[in-house]
Amino acid sequence: MSAISSGIASLTIDQVRKGLAAREFSAVELTQSALEFAKAENPKTNAYLHFSPERALAAAEQVDRKVAAGDDAGPLAGVPVALKDVIVTKGVRTTCGSRLLERYIPPYDATAVIRLEQAGGIILGKTNCDEFAMGSSNENSAFGPVKNPVAPDRVPGGSSGGSAAAVAQGTAVVALGSDTGGSVRQPASFCGVVGVTPTYGRVSRYGLVAFASSLDHIGPLARTVADAALVLQIIAGRDENDSTSAFAPLPDYVAALDGKIKGTRIGLPREYFEGLASETGDLIAKGVELLKKLGCEVREISLPATKYAVACYYIIATAEASSNLARYDGVRYTSRAEAETLSDMYRATRGAGFGAECKRRIMLGTYVLSHGYYDAYYLKAQKVRALIAEDFRKAFAEVDAIVAPVAPSPAFKIGEKIDDPLEMYLSDIYTITGDLAGIPCMSVPCGKTSAGLPVGMQILTRHFDETGMFRLADAFEKAGGFAG
Amino acid sequence: MKITEKEVRYVADLANLKLTGEEIGRLSKDLDEILTHIDTLNELDTSNVQPMAQVLYDAEENATLREDQERPCLGNELALANAPLAGAGYFKVPKVIER
Repeated sequence: MSAISSGIASLTIDQVRKGLAAREFSAVELTQSALEFAKAENPKTNAYLHFSPERALAAAEQVDRKVAAGDDAGPLAGVPVALKDVIVTKGVRTTCGSRLLERYIPPYDATAVIRLEQAGGIILGKTNCDEFAMGSSNENSAFGPVKNPVAPDRVPGGSSGGSAAAVAQGTAVVALGSDTGGSVRQPASFCGVVGVTPTYGRVSRYGLVAFASSLDHIGPLARTVADAALVLQIIAGRDENDSTSAFAPLPDYVAALDGKIKGTRIGLPREYFEGLASETGDLIAKGVELLKKLGCEVREISLPATKYAVACYYIIATAEASSNLARYDGVRYTSRAEAETLSDMYRATRGAGFGAECKRRIMLGTYVLSHGYYDAYYLKAQKVRALIAEDFRKAFAEVDAIVAPVAPSPAFKIGEKIDDPLEMYLSDIYTITGDLAGIPCMSVPCGKTSAGLPVGMQILTRHFDETGMFRLADAFEKAGGFAG
Repeated sequence: MKITEKEVRYVADLANLKLTGEEIGRLSKDLDEILTHIDTLNELDTSNVQPMAQVLYDAEENATLREDQERPCLGNELALANAPLAGAGYFKVPKVIER
């Protein structure tokens, strides 16, 4: 037990595997310690909304039985995992950070959850997030903001702020988040952990509560690139319950982490380096120097449609959200405000249940889809989206990977931007392009500012080239000593 | 002004959202600002661009089709378990038709 209690906050998947194999601890012991530790630490950040001890201990017992019988307990055997509370868990409350779903107990598991548990993973609990994953600061949760574990007066980023904070704080070894416009990468950058948005379709969204279906991804957060790669390996692959999940073959991501990045052609998009906070720019520049030292060929490229990405994104994402969120009407999902007529009941339920940001996005989405505006907004945005995707296609004819900042600045203060929604949306500029194009992208830590705030570097690659992305990120992390 | 309070009320009606007077004022201002930013898209000539209707798709058109076989479904009890009001195997809602 001593091995766990001293180092529980910095465990990696590999250390859990070795500890179990050497009988230093059992999966049940580790799970009990992890739950105790997470519960004790949680008031510092509010990263978890609720814990699932019964489910966790039952899964841990199963791992211990397999270990005792000499069976393979799976690549994630005994590993404490946190799940963003937009991923449904059978019998375990799933709120999406919303009052509307405060009492919602899903009747089924998301495919990613089933795959994690089949691999031996232990679901400790559900993490806080912006309501229905809408936000960049985690301040839009109905259950209070999350504090950045590195600097408690600052936001952890969003919307997967709870998952990033839990991994950074050490109250989970790995976590799942969801990314629609940067919601995994930006909090990973703000909290100093690794966050991955895989290729669109790489991971089944069955059981991910829908926000914007043409942009939604499930992705892992971890303290090392290798751990993130292993988690993606487990949750990726075709799922017949999600017709948008890809048939593409699944390579061995962990085996690809061979450090062979010499000669990799890297593009730096000039549009991503204008308007960066100076320390962020300096840290990314240092990161690029390190990549050069490791033998990468670096050149400047241009992605000219970048400046239109925010406008394009906030049409498409809100249009899809207004449609996806129509289901919360007081009939099926736990919350209802009483009224005389059916339509008054819908209106009252939704008016009382949704927070300000959800209302803003439902309104914008409904407006851009309303009669007479479809061509001017939605169709226009779909065309601009094609231009953004085309920019990347052209760039990847010349380079193997693109390196860029994740966010214009490090974590900002809680309350600093909450009254200026446009300002908040504009700070998503560097992450939403990857979602619009559907390409794999990730944030890997690349150092800290003089005030000690983490900054992430973004790596983007071609569709389904998570392998190249992980190889580059892993070599970078090891050379820079950035592993958490 | 890109959007008036009257239009905000109309859109709220379409979206089935009951809003307070204060919310309508706030949303008029926010949406106006966001729609003004969105207008920058008009700088781009997209007359010869095909809209992106599909993010990416790596398989044959019929790859997701399967044999139509009976499979167990969620079941009535589980499907209704989260309903705010249910009875006799149905979701219950306020009266829609007068008789």
